[in-house]
Amino acid sequence: MLTNFPLLSLVIWLPIIGGIGVLLNGDNNPWARPLSLLIAVITLVASLGLYTGFDTATYQMQFVEHASWIAAYNINYSLGIDGFSMPLIILTAFSTVIVVVAGWEVIQHRVSQYMAAFLIMEGLMIAVFSSLDAILFYVFFEAMLIPLFLVIGIWGGPNRVYATIKFFLYTFFGSVFLLLALLYLHHVTDSFSILDYQQAALSMQQQTWLFLAFLIAFAVKVPMWPVHTWLPDAHVEAPTGGSVILAAITLKIGGYGLIRFALPIAPDASMALDWLVIGLSLIAVVYIGFVALAQSDLKKLIAYSSIAHMGFVTLGLFIVFRIFANSATGSGAVLAVEGAMIQMISHGFIAAAMFLCVGVLYDRMHTREISAYGGVINTMPKFAGFAVFFAMANAGLPGTSGFVGEFMVILAAFQANFWFAFLAATTLILGAAYTLWMIKRVIFGEVANDNVAQLTDINRREFLMLASLAAIVLIMGLWPAPIIDVMHSSVEHLLTQISQSKI
Amino acid sequence: MMTFQVSNMSLALPEMFMLAMACIVLMVVAFLGKKGTDLVYRLSQLTLIITAIIIYRSIGEIGGLTFDGTYIKDAFSDVLKLAICLINVVVLLYSTAYLKARNLFKGEYYVLALFSTLGMMVMVSAYHFLTLYLGLELMSLCLYAMVAMHRDSSVATEAAMKYFILGAIASGMLLYGMSIIYGVTGTLSIASVANVIQAGGIDNTVLSFGLVFLIIGIGFKLGAVPFHMWLPDVYHGAPTAVTLFIATAPKIAAFAMAIRLLVDGLADVHQYWQDMLIMLSILSIILGNIIAIAQTNLKRMLAYSTISHVGFILLGILSGSAEGYAGSMFYALTYALMSLGAFGMILLMSRQGFEAENIEDYKGLSERNPWYALMMLILMFSMAGIPPLVGFYAKLAVIKSIVDVDLLSVAIVAVLMSVIGAYYYLRMIKVMYFDQPTQQTDLQSPTEMRVVISANALAVLALGIFPGSLMAICISVFS
Repeated sequence: MLTNFPLLSLVIWLPIIGGIGVLLNGDNNPWARPLSLLIAVITLVASLGLYTGFDTATYQMQFVEHASWIAAYNINYSLGIDGFSMPLIILTAFSTVIVVVAGWEVIQHRVSQYMAAFLIMEGLMIAVFSSLDAILFYVFFEAMLIPLFLVIGIWGGPNRVYATIKFFLYTFFGSVFLLLALLYLHHVTDSFSILDYQQAALSMQQQTWLFLAFLIAFAVKVPMWPVHTWLPDAHVEAPTGGSVILAAITLKIGGYGLIRFALPIAPDASMALDWLVIGLSLIAVVYIGFVALAQSDLKKLIAYSSIAHMGFVTLGLFIVFRIFANSATGSGAVLAVEGAMIQMISHGFIAAAMFLCVGVLYDRMHTREISAYGGVINTMPKFAGFAVFFAMANAGLPGTSGFVGEFMVILAAFQANFWFAFLAATTLILGAAYTLWMIKRVIFGEVANDNVAQLTDINRREFLMLASLAAIVLIMGLWPAPIIDVMHSSVEHLLTQISQSKI
Repeated sequence: MMTFQVSNMSLALPEMFMLAMACIVLMVVAFLGKKGTDLVYRLSQLTLIITAIIIYRSIGEIGGLTFDGTYIKDAFSDVLKLAICLINVVVLLYSTAYLKARNLFKGEYYVLALFSTLGMMVMVSAYHFLTLYLGLELMSLCLYAMVAMHRDSSVATEAAMKYFILGAIASGMLLYGMSIIYGVTGTLSIASVANVIQAGGIDNTVLSFGLVFLIIGIGFKLGAVPFHMWLPDVYHGAPTAVTLFIATAPKIAAFAMAIRLLVDGLADVHQYWQDMLIMLSILSIILGNIIAIAQTNLKRMLAYSTISHVGFILLGILSGSAEGYAGSMFYALTYALMSLGAFGMILLMSRQGFEAENIEDYKGLSERNPWYALMMLILMFSMAGIPPLVGFYAKLAVIKSIVDVDLLSVAIVAVLMSVIGAYYYLRMIKVMYFDQPTQQTDLQSPTEMRVVISANALAVLALGIFPGSLMAICISVFS
């Protein structure tokens, strides 16, 4: 076995270098599309090697790579993955393939730049998930903003400039606090290794400030109420590919950051301030659910539903302290964190699929207003089948992946506090309400107008794209065990870390 | 018996060569007049390159004090002088086409540039208040004249007057501060000042009084708030080629002056100047970033951005740690590189009878010229401090140094302001990438300039991916 093969570096740098290659090939190069697809597919295949070579028995970092990068400051090129990052890396690689396919015919303007931006972003996001050095993490975390900023700004809708600058400044604002926290931790530990950070002994006051810094940085990414307002704007204006990547991956970096930094580095502060995160998460689930109900724009509706779903992630991560307090065994805590992780991955697929569905409609009708549609099923039966399926998954229908995560978190929430579970469970009603009502207005009914009457059903490319997502959503919903197995050791390790006081 | 000691001349070899060549170039200008300008340009470039080679070859050789302890050659001076010479090579290369198109292609420009460079080198190597002052004046007087070169332009003349008057006041302040410190310590030599202060027994009140004036002088020359008033007007009013010259190497020289005075001379009264520098630095970062947002002229915007960058350079100095000084040095060097690229882009976009100095002029650049738009994008993101570009590591280095000395509140203000600062760099990118072009003209710049400006921007990227070696150099200088 090739144990020393730098597989992680390969999946990081192949898309980045490939993306630069596509970019240098110049615009309107007929090879830009196939070449990008090839790079994305090779990266996906290579990333599957991370799954097959993964040892589920240990929580230790795997596929570790280490090289000195900035020796003067002892900053290292240090990579490694565990059960939290590995599934997210595969999700990233998969989403990029989908995005390349989704932009195949739709993007006619500066094709090479478009494809290159997504490939480079893929490499950067995978690097974020696998960095074990704090500065390396931060560099990739920030660098990711550049291609996304350009994607929204160049290929976006009419109000794209406002949306993309808002997106950039919001996330940049959050991340400067992360930088300060990382530098402060270096001041304390004299190392930039994230694993060293996790072992640092910190006083309650230190932990509180660090926790708040992490929370600001990652809450903006997740995004949590009340710092979510950039997301609907960014989603509405972004091209379909940009929305898919935003929803599927960049939001997950927020959740991942909380798992990697906030919880293990500041466990005592996390425990003391868990009411804050739980409160914000429940507001996201309930209030944003109602907000979603009121939307008249398809993408905005899905954007708000994303915020509500991500509320489950943060809820699942932070109810563990209450579960520990209530039960000696803490078996519910494992359920909560695993539920949060499953929710992240599943949301990655479902939200991507929902945005793709909107993209399919938008490419034909050039409007996202719900009221412009009606009776799409009459002209696009195949598409309608997919749309209804993904809507059901979004609403959390059992048998789809959307159900698994939500169910696990709600189940765990009962062990924390009945009212948490009660409020979280309202999503089953709210989610179903806003998703199905949207479906009713868009898909079913009589053909609403001439434009809808002239719609053509999805072609092979679109069918393939949606079918592969549908298959994954179904498989994950029916048989989530492989993913849970992969992360189990890491989850238990995280729970040991956060149950020990650092003071 | 009297012994006559000859000073070790070889330590100042680069300056002597530069001086001799500058005089020769002056003679060429005097005798050949306008016909010889091309020759003058070539000779000036040659001078700078050979000086750089001399400096490069002397790196690692034994340094030390010479000319009765008024002059020093150390690792610090070697690195900075090398940077100054190389930057000026590129500056002259960028400016030539611009000057030719505006009938400013005159030998005097190059003579002044050479003498000014000499002044910067003297500043970097000065280890005595007088030497330092001489270097500063040599540099500044040349710069005043360069700003005024465009005689027909009233804006340039106004800028030159402002620059001259405020610069003279600053020099006066500096000199006054030096004389007070002389009064307290009884010496003008930086090494002796440090010794006297270390020995103790001097009046700290008077010393800190003198220190105030030194700081004012340094603040003026760097362009730190509240001594920044000249900077936007001069950057805006001067011909862009001169702005480019002022905005790059002199900043490195001013940084060297700050290090020589505050760190080499007055390190033991660090607690006195730290607070003053905190004020200067925070005000610069806040004011520079906020006012830059309101600018529509790119040169003015970059002027205010300079003010904020100066604030960051001061952050590292005020930390009072070797790592902080190294961070500041890294910042000053990389800032000069970024500034070189940004003003170079303005020169590249300008052509006969057209100054590409309004932000509007860059509309839709990515449609017209995708490659140069990408280069400008790299420079702008680097100035904003976004990784993986070198501007990020500069900010990282100085902020790390102040976090390490527990000045967390200063660090918080600095990073928050850099978020605000990001806005106007983003706006520049927005104009280039998201707006539709309003004009369709091709670039008229010479090939070598296009190649060098691409190399310049790519260096910002390359240093951003591998910042290690330059950081190691900066750290080794101060250890």
